Amino acid sequence: MAPPRSFFWSRRIFLTLLTGFVLLPVYVMVSSSLKPLADVTGEFHWLPSEVTVRPYIDIWSTIPLARYFVNSLIVAGAATVCSVVIAVFAAYAVSRYEFRGKRVFTVTVLSTQMFPGILFLLPLFLIYVNIGNATGIALFGSRGGLILTYLTFSLPFSIWMLIGYFDSVPRDLDEAALVDGCGPLGALFRVVVPAAIPGIVAVAVYAFMTAWGEVLFASVMTNDSTRTLAVGLQGYSTLNNVYWNQIMAASLVVSVPVVAGFLLLQRYLVAGLTAGAVK
Amino acid sequence: MTTTAPAEAAVGETPSGAAHPHPRRPGRIRRIGLPYLLLLPALLLELLVHLVPMVIGIVMSFKELTQFYIRDWGTAPWSGLDNYKVSVDFDAPVGEALLHSFLVTVAFTLLSVGLCWLIGTAAAVYLQDTFRGRGLLRALFLIPYALPVYAAVITWVFMFQHDNGLVNHVLHDQLHLTDKPSFWLIGDNSFYALLTVSVWKGWPFAFLIVMAGLQNIPGELYEAAALDGAGMWQQIRRITLPSLRPVNQVLLLVLFLWTFNDFNTPFVLFGRSAPEAADLISVHIYQASFVTWNFGTGSAMSVLLLLFLLVVTGVYLLLTSRGRKPAHG
Repeated sequence: MAPPRSFFWSRRIFLTLLTGFVLLPVYVMVSSSLKPLADVTGEFHWLPSEVTVRPYIDIWSTIPLARYFVNSLIVAGAATVCSVVIAVFAAYAVSRYEFRGKRVFTVTVLSTQMFPGILFLLPLFLIYVNIGNATGIALFGSRGGLILTYLTFSLPFSIWMLIGYFDSVPRDLDEAALVDGCGPLGALFRVVVPAAIPGIVAVAVYAFMTAWGEVLFASVMTNDSTRTLAVGLQGYSTLNNVYWNQIMAASLVVSVPVVAGFLLLQRYLVAGLTAGAVK
Repeated sequence: MTTTAPAEAAVGETPSGAAHPHPRRPGRIRRIGLPYLLLLPALLLELLVHLVPMVIGIVMSFKELTQFYIRDWGTAPWSGLDNYKVSVDFDAPVGEALLHSFLVTVAFTLLSVGLCWLIGTAAAVYLQDTFRGRGLLRALFLIPYALPVYAAVITWVFMFQHDNGLVNHVLHDQLHLTDKPSFWLIGDNSFYALLTVSVWKGWPFAFLIVMAGLQNIPGELYEAAALDGAGMWQQIRRITLPSLRPVNQVLLLVLFLWTFNDFNTPFVLFGRSAPEAADLISVHIYQASFVTWNFGTGSAMSVLLLLFLLVVTGVYLLLTSRGRKPAHG
């Protein structure tokens, strides 16, 4: 079956325009990061007047970028690991067991997804301060508090997706493992988890990206030493100057690991979404 | 979490094991308790970070919570429905601004979700069959989704700059479409700037979901249609789009909620106070709470927003599930 001509030319036009739209900011980011400061403060030009890697050296000293980077890595990494583990347990329970309150649990967890983050911001801030005053555990301003917050952001979506994924793993498999003498957790980790790896990777990617990109809570709940990249990059704009070339260089540096990881794992993401979310 | 879970298990087991020495009893208890045990970490977290804050937020909305009381918010005086009255008094400045922000958000969300869905679906359909460069395009199209929000949006901020931005350079210097360079991040144009960024950032998610949905459509449907003489466009209209309906129902709802509640994009694009034309509700509430220091009113606005979203979601789910029944016989 050969598609008609109209299909081919419309596809060519559409995909060309879309590629341009998608890549325009990427081009601006790359080209501007290689320009001297005079180039980015004056009139825009498509090409740098001279190519320089100076911005890539200066970004580390203009602001404590390395520290923000480490903070973001710790916060996003810890939030990802914890949220994946917790979602695996919760999804296993929902997928494999009948128990009272199952519907209430899933509906509650899912509906928190639709609540505006702004609703939680101030109350959470107060709770963290109160817990800190009562127990001495510093949640407000600490990485721990941010990790705790972030791991719930991705949790509803992760649980939802993993339930779908676990449901697609035949029950016979883990029941056979139970008969063979595995405990329920043994069956989960030896049978269900290995069979659901694409779903779990997809959920981990989602959790990491959510935490890496979050701005609202990071801007209120961090201090100088715990600041993440999301807030830290604002430091390149000073009263006198906006170092656009450095902002672009830093944006590129903080994006490359995430984008590279994402593109490497995108196969899993599509597979995970197919089985888990799209049903 | 790892230390509390075994401890809870031990507490749950000991009394029942002591009371009933029957060997099968403890095992059965543990199996009934197991799902709850597995859910415990998720439940505790949801309680701490979502449910309790929500209750506190609702309580706060009934209090006169200004900066004087924020240190010890429990002592703030009750104000009954005052915060709500102020929020919905559309003739007074606060209510008028909220209504304006709400309408801007609705218009923005509908446009953004619609465009994201259209572009995402078209791209997924065009990339459905194999051709050279398909894998590369698929990877490129996911870049906006993978980029951290602040890095992507800050690049758009640079592109929208009045004096040294790409947008004015192209529109004014190169294409001569405008008489003089425009302002994009203040004034009326800011709505279109926000929409552009939101669509750029959001459509790959629709693309991803639709692409996943397409993989679930059995190939025999297309073969049968081709035998019956249906062309490519007819197949897309008669098979692809209808088969995507259940996927689209979830996708549109999720896109709507995410776009409506989006804070990151406008906050990075405009900072703490957005221009009037692009004053999205989440930033508006943030400003009402943290810039003008009236947390009570801010909370009331949040609760109103939540109620609105609940009603919209409820009605949507009702409508779509009713629509789905006949399709499944």
